[in-house]
Amino acid sequence: MSKKHITTRINGEDVEFLAEPGASLLAALRDELGLTGSKEGCNNGNCGACNVVFDGALVNACCVLAVEANGVEITTIEGVANGEELHPLQTSFLENAALQCGICTPGFIVAAKALLDKEPDADEARIRHWLAGNLCRCTGYDKIVRAVLDAAADMRRTPA
Amino acid sequence: MAVKDYIAPSSVDDAVAVLSEHGADARPFAGGTDLIIQVRERRRQVGIMLDVKKIPELMEYSIGADGSLRVGAAVACARLYNDAEVARRFPALIDSASLIGGIQIQSRASLGGNLCNSSPAGDSIPTLIALGATCEIAGRGGRRTVPVESFCTGPGANVLQPGELLVSLTFPAPAANSGAAFERFIPRNEMDIAVANAAANVTLSADGATFTAARIAIGAVAPTALLVAETGAALAGKPVSADTIAAAAAAARAAARPITDMRGSADQRRHLAGVLVTRVIEKAVERARKA
Repeated sequence: MSKKHITTRINGEDVEFLAEPGASLLAALRDELGLTGSKEGCNNGNCGACNVVFDGALVNACCVLAVEANGVEITTIEGVANGEELHPLQTSFLENAALQCGICTPGFIVAAKALLDKEPDADEARIRHWLAGNLCRCTGYDKIVRAVLDAAADMRRTPA
Repeated sequence: MAVKDYIAPSSVDDAVAVLSEHGADARPFAGGTDLIIQVRERRRQVGIMLDVKKIPELMEYSIGADGSLRVGAAVACARLYNDAEVARRFPALIDSASLIGGIQIQSRASLGGNLCNSSPAGDSIPTLIALGATCEIAGRGGRRTVPVESFCTGPGANVLQPGELLVSLTFPAPAANSGAAFERFIPRNEMDIAVANAAANVTLSADGATFTAARIAIGAVAPTALLVAETGAALAGKPVSADTIAAAAAAARAAARPITDMRGSADQRRHLAGVLVTRVIEKAVERARKA
């Protein structure tokens, strides 16, 4: 079992690492690269806690092999804030108390950002449908949906 | 555990060479949303993960001059449902592609992968059958085609032989005055495995009053998704009416061979097969009349 040398770009920085051929991208992010913002919830594609944007598409990092990252551009939760300045979604999650334990939050924010980047006018039904692949066992979802709606309104007022 | 290697060939021939050399130890994957999890949970032993997403032929789809649609086996569901032309011509395909998992799964999961995983509950399979898709399979000896209703042979089992790779699915151009639809039953709103599912593809007379042909498929009610010839026969030549559709639904219930498991009882599944067949026929008729 020989490790593969992987060159990728994560949150705008060139990154190299060695990957076992069967390891998941989630394991590589957390264990090899120290990017522990992406969470391991179910580790089988149901919960969305490990959501990252991979080659422009929202994916579960647990359902991608680390070796597939070669030559790909990836955005994780660590790349969502601009330095010390929180993204409007992050601010809105805080203001709306859209989290309790917080394990699902990085996935929800990465997923919601992927939606609003493409569809800034997404309505509640669209947001709920888009976030169906993200599970939260604390909030009952309503505060999360409010937070995304508020952030979307905020982002429309002050485009990045 | 031991995945020993990851290989991403750039041609069908190279992929077939790897599969021929390593036999069952090598396993192709596209989105990996089933296979990566199966390997991690030790439900399947794989030595070589064969990534087919670098093979252009498996990643392309196109609508032919004759209106047929050819979809590479690894094309992600999201690419299909984001294509307005595919969605307009093949709405039943979009019914399926847009509810396999959530957005994160649809970014990666493919029709070819859903078919090769060969789950009795696969949410694209009844649609592929109702639309009359043909599977193109490459092997060392060349290529062969298989009607999709003959592809799956049991839960997790299919006609692919060692060394063979699913290359594409081809859908014939929809007939004039035809319409198709897919539905499933799940206890949640999204993101669940079907308790039962069904697809219908109906062709009507020019005035929209009579069924002239129909292909109906049901899933999660037998070891594989089933093409129910009796249901099609119950419709062909009959007026579009509640009685005709009820007879077709009865034929679907009779054809179902469901099991009882954590998702539902055999009785519930048989009932659902009838309900879903009724609904997809009604929706297909509506689409045919608008076409």
